Amino acid sequence: MPGHSYDAEKYWKANLRLIFGSLIVWALVSYGFGIVLRPMLSGIPIGGTDLGFWFAQQGSILTFIGLIFHYAWRMNRLDKQFGVDEE
Amino acid sequence: MSQFAINIMFVGGSFLIYILIAVWAKAGSTKDFYVAGGGVHPITNGMAIGADWMSAASFISMAGIIAASGYASSAYLMGWTGGYVLLAMLLAPYLRKFGKFTVPEFIGDRFYSKQARLVAVICLIVASLTYVIGQMAGAGVAFSRFLEVDSTTGLMIAAVVIFIYSVLGGMKGITYTQVAQYIVLIIAYTIPAVFISFQLTGNPVPALGLFSTHIDSGMPILDKLNQVITDVGFSEYSADVDSHLNMVLFTLTLMIGTAGLPHVIIRFFTVPKVADARWSAGWALVFIALLYLTAPAVASMARLNLMTTVYPDGTAAEPIRYEDRPQWVKEWEVTGLIKYVDKNEDGRIQMYNDGSDPAAQAFKPQAEARGWEGNELDVNRDIIVLANPEIANLPGWVIGLIAAGGLAAALSTAAGLLLAISSAVSHDLIKGSINPGITDKGELLAARISMAVAIVVATYLGANPPGFAAQVVALAFGIAAASLFPALMMGIFSKRINNTGAIAGMLSGLVFTLSYIFVYKGWFFIPGTANLADIPANWVLGISPLSIGAIGALVNFAVAFAVANATEEPPVEIQELVESVRYPRGAGQAQDH
Repeated sequence: MPGHSYDAEKYWKANLRLIFGSLIVWALVSYGFGIVLRPMLSGIPIGGTDLGFWFAQQGSILTFIGLIFHYAWRMNRLDKQFGVDEE
Repeated sequence: MSQFAINIMFVGGSFLIYILIAVWAKAGSTKDFYVAGGGVHPITNGMAIGADWMSAASFISMAGIIAASGYASSAYLMGWTGGYVLLAMLLAPYLRKFGKFTVPEFIGDRFYSKQARLVAVICLIVASLTYVIGQMAGAGVAFSRFLEVDSTTGLMIAAVVIFIYSVLGGMKGITYTQVAQYIVLIIAYTIPAVFISFQLTGNPVPALGLFSTHIDSGMPILDKLNQVITDVGFSEYSADVDSHLNMVLFTLTLMIGTAGLPHVIIRFFTVPKVADARWSAGWALVFIALLYLTAPAVASMARLNLMTTVYPDGTAAEPIRYEDRPQWVKEWEVTGLIKYVDKNEDGRIQMYNDGSDPAAQAFKPQAEARGWEGNELDVNRDIIVLANPEIANLPGWVIGLIAAGGLAAALSTAAGLLLAISSAVSHDLIKGSINPGITDKGELLAARISMAVAIVVATYLGANPPGFAAQVVALAFGIAAASLFPALMMGIFSKRINNTGAIAGMLSGLVFTLSYIFVYKGWFFIPGTANLADIPANWVLGISPLSIGAIGALVNFAVAFAVANATEEPPVEIQELVESVRYPRGAGQAQDH
């Protein structure tokens, strides 16, 4: 448990902000670029097809990996900053 | 050496490794059995999750589905990977901090209700059992094709192998076996893909080959594929879907279903720290992506190879004579997974789109002008990956490798599911309700017995798959998405949700989702009981039964919030419990009460 509840609240808020930002990117690359916005991106060719096709079949997956590692790295740092990490 | 001997060598060799690992990793306590002692390194755990996650569906079926429908099947690629983002941020670290053995245990404690725990147990068993049937059936296919035994005998062999390492080792045995199985399956999947990508595009990395130039035609390979298949009446490989809404909801259902499947969640209980749970999710997705980035390349290249096999001189020329068909076609015909009917009796294999979609209708006059009287070759899409090495004329050892890889994928997932089922029975039902005073030793025995029973049931269902086997994926993901995921997420992110709200939410999400599926697929999948034909014209707003889980999850959230706000707040100690799962400090290792 962190020292006092004010810090705890700040830690949780920071976590929620980070999650919120990550999920916006998560939705944008898959539901956005991969599906709904694909017709708008159809002008950008990639090896025989369009950017939307690439996001749907590969780009979103690569982005997901980046998102998780970024989140893990930031959160593990936040844990230490707020003194809620495990020794 | 004959192909049969090579296959036996690869499959037998891999089985021997699994059993040796099991003997080495024997479980001594319930903690070993349920969470592998809680000391698994995050990278090791990531690899085990990869094998656990990548099932017969991922290894055998997925590339075949993508090959058949192209861009439209991207939902599987995004859905089955995007769920890990949700797991890493919304569930895994907090459930690890909670530090118990099973998913229903969290739901029971958080919502201070035995009924809630029971609902979770039922959802878990139905989702996992339906899922495991597919694995056993997949193992059966691989056995019958490569080991020349009938699929029931093949299933028995598979059941004995799973029995040895999962009953003996529990999660500990399963985790370390899965590491070996991951290595076998990823090598088996990648090697043929590398060869094929190099043959077709000159680029040995399949994920890049997908967007490279086709050597024979000098066109980008996806352009070439689009051209060849539209020539015979199929719609373009990269064509957009009719309903974006349906594709979004289907992808979302697969994502939240993935995050809510208990056999995946419990893997995060095996690492030492909360921070490791976060890293684990990342590593798991890295190992999963190695296959998922290759799969779309395998799909498009296999489809092109298949077209070239049937139309060796191009689609404008006459297709191949039946008597000139390659050896691999003959071998798969024996299994019934490739079927040929010479409808116009010209001795050649006409493969084209004779369906009812607009592309097929537009092609009809052309087909008639060429004297074609219907599509003559049926290729089961499940064979795309298994037949890949033969289609590309690769050496015999690659075929042996594919056999071992397909079985590794099926067995590793089956074992993970069976563990989730047995721990729900022994820990949540027996220890949690029926006999709370049971000793650790007694519980371990109960866990082993329920594992053995689950294996027998799964083997039986695998050998006699119910008629709805093909629908079970929808069911498993629908249930996990509509019932378990929202309950877990609300349990962590809201202090206000109480027992009544959670139970009402889970039940309404579940009933809503199941009803929508049953209306189109038949009530409890009994043939003839469907109220409406399962075609897009009948779907509400164009939402298919496969995509409904996401709406079911929304129903769950909405009902839970409404009911919880109308009833009393959860007790103070429960609000403190929610508070405590949010902060990693003091997690210790996963433990019993």
